Amino acid sequence: MIAETGLAALWLAAALCALQLVFGIMALRNGRADLGRAVRPVAIVQGILTAIAFLMLIWLFLRTDLSVELVARNSHSAKPWLYKFAGTWGNHEGSMLLWIAVMAISGALVAIFERRLKENTLIATLTAQAVIGLGFYAFLLFASNPFARQSPPAPEGQGLNPLLQDPGLAFHPPTLYFGYVGLSVAFSFAVGALVTRDVDAVFARAMRPWVLGSWIFLTLGIAAGSYWAYYELGWGGWWFWDPVENASLMPWLAATALLHSATVLATRDSLRAWTVMLAVIAFSMSMIGTFLVRSGILTSVHAFAVDPQRGSFILALLVLYIGGALTLFGLRVGTVREGAQFEPVSREGALVVNNLLLSAILGIVLVGTLYPLAVEAVSGKQLSIGPPYFNATAGPLALLLVAAMAAGPLLRWRRDDWRKLVSRLSVPLLMTALALAALVLFASPIGILPTLGLVLAAGIAAASLSPLWKRNLRRTPLFIYGMVIAHFGVGVTLAGMAFESAFTEEVLVASSPGESHAVGPYTVRFDGTEPIAGPNWTAVEAKLTVARGDRAARTLRPQSRMFPTPETETSEAAILTSWDGQLYTVLGNGGGGRWQLRLWWKPFVTLIWLGGGLIALGGLLALIGRVRRERRAIERELYA
Amino acid sequence: MKAKHQRLTLALIAIAAVIGAGFLALAGLRDNAALFRTPSELALEPVPPGQNIRLGGMVEDGSIRQLPDGITITFTVEDGDASVPVRFSGITPDLFQENSGVVAEGAFDPRGVFVADNILAKHDENYMPPPLEDMAQADDSAS
Repeated sequence: MIAETGLAALWLAAALCALQLVFGIMALRNGRADLGRAVRPVAIVQGILTAIAFLMLIWLFLRTDLSVELVARNSHSAKPWLYKFAGTWGNHEGSMLLWIAVMAISGALVAIFERRLKENTLIATLTAQAVIGLGFYAFLLFASNPFARQSPPAPEGQGLNPLLQDPGLAFHPPTLYFGYVGLSVAFSFAVGALVTRDVDAVFARAMRPWVLGSWIFLTLGIAAGSYWAYYELGWGGWWFWDPVENASLMPWLAATALLHSATVLATRDSLRAWTVMLAVIAFSMSMIGTFLVRSGILTSVHAFAVDPQRGSFILALLVLYIGGALTLFGLRVGTVREGAQFEPVSREGALVVNNLLLSAILGIVLVGTLYPLAVEAVSGKQLSIGPPYFNATAGPLALLLVAAMAAGPLLRWRRDDWRKLVSRLSVPLLMTALALAALVLFASPIGILPTLGLVLAAGIAAASLSPLWKRNLRRTPLFIYGMVIAHFGVGVTLAGMAFESAFTEEVLVASSPGESHAVGPYTVRFDGTEPIAGPNWTAVEAKLTVARGDRAARTLRPQSRMFPTPETETSEAAILTSWDGQLYTVLGNGGGGRWQLRLWWKPFVTLIWLGGGLIALGGLLALIGRVRRERRAIERELYA
Repeated sequence: MKAKHQRLTLALIAIAAVIGAGFLALAGLRDNAALFRTPSELALEPVPPGQNIRLGGMVEDGSIRQLPDGITITFTVEDGDASVPVRFSGITPDLFQENSGVVAEGAFDPRGVFVADNILAKHDENYMPPPLEDMAQADDSAS
């Protein structure tokens, strides 16, 4: 009955979504205000129904109900409960149900909380949301029904990819989905504003919390995904420019640009058409991301759907939504009035530079991600685009972007004087020079990108704090703190990346028990291996005794694990974290009494994710600050 | 500056940025795209030493040799018609073995040995790199 309840709730929700679309169109075209009033409640009930459907699926997975095909294919009764729970969305159907549930719940939240937008614009927004929703309902119900039964029930489940049995990964996909879906809401706001010709500061203020929220989730998702790849894959890298990683990076780049241009629109009523365009691009990127990951077009760990029918369905949705939105944009952009003016040297000017650089990086990543697919589709030839391409093209632009980020917050709105800017930047410039001098004097020569990265990181760290200079810190609004912390976080992440790529030490040896190896500040002694067994795996575990100076010796135990269902081997790296970096150890194959060991010393590598956390925290503070301020403004209007 | 002009200027700058990014991307692609090649394709059409490619094929039976340092191996990648000697230093993937599919990323050294920086084997017993799958199917239909 659980599966049937879930399916019924899903069908009902889809029907309500259709109703929401019809009511919305009737209200907007025929002036049926009575139907218009029904749009909000319909959106709310739809959100509740999808939540019920998703809860039912979670329940099925927790019970390991093997009469449900999806559970039988992806779960196993012997699996720890956390992975049964996470297994709900660790597969194609479940993750699409999560998509739609989050989207419908977001629609419900818009219906409940949005009060400042004109009624018609809000109805148009929810109608746009219904159009997107209907496509996904159709996809779910006709091409990937998660509740399908099978008869007879399977005797035992087929397990879950052991690489995916990891607490970090259990919560990684939902985080990214929240981000993707938040951008769909921003897109709906943009379409709504275009339909009712109300592209203005009020629209930007209504959209901004959704962009911010989605951006926070994307930031966390990318940082968590990067750390997962780093410690789980055992390759010692934190970013591989894998298409799946790019699928999350591209929406983030677009959302970052949108976030900043929406601020210009909300504060200064400039960049109207551009902001709408960016909202369309940002959603397009999340659709492309979903397509890349969900269609099975990439053969990698993430692409577990290998059904071409599904890929075509998402591709059709993608073309339909993006094409429709661009057409609407083309038809209506003429009616978007010109916003307020600004001089080239101004906060707006700096934010335009930010937007252009982010868009250029986005374009480069998009080309690099899609080009191999396009070549293969056209000529059947296989080629791969790897880190050399992305680092050489996106790297320098990213550094330019960081330089612009140092200056932007120190410029005044509307017009400013660049000579004053230079004087405001004197401390950051001094820091930059000191960092450069320190590198030249004390460090061994390193590459040009890492050098620039470290130097700019020092500059941006100082520049990001400068907006607080001579301010009354207790009266500074929360969203200013948010900006300062997020920008500081970028500096921290950049420093981590540059340190890691410039000063990493690597040792690769075949070691006999009792041998010692020096890497970075550590001496690693190999004490031999022993077999061990876990709940659903067996492993060979190495014992490494790690000493550093006169500190107490520590023991690290990297493993090579074997999973029986499905038969897979994974490397479990053992990592020792200290304040100035990480020692990363991997156990390889054995033979002739010797074992392969791969040891890395990665100075300050943790700064990469620490910075990511700071960026997300800054976003969260900005979100709270903005929402609180909006609330107060609404209250003032009510009581005035 | 008039309102119309500002919008026009911004649009032009945006277009210039997009075109600039496009050129940068194309230049990057020309220098850095690594083509997928099989041994028989390489026999017909060799690539110069130092150019990054991805070499795909089967690991020849009995060809894996461990060098005395314990971390370097040599093996032969073949596709039925031609073969290429490969050298690799590092930890091989768990499912790297003789008579199974492999993709090696790297470049040829001047002596014609393919030096792999990275080796990809199938992720599980059912996975094969897509080009190899085509090859296996061609073999099946031939036999």
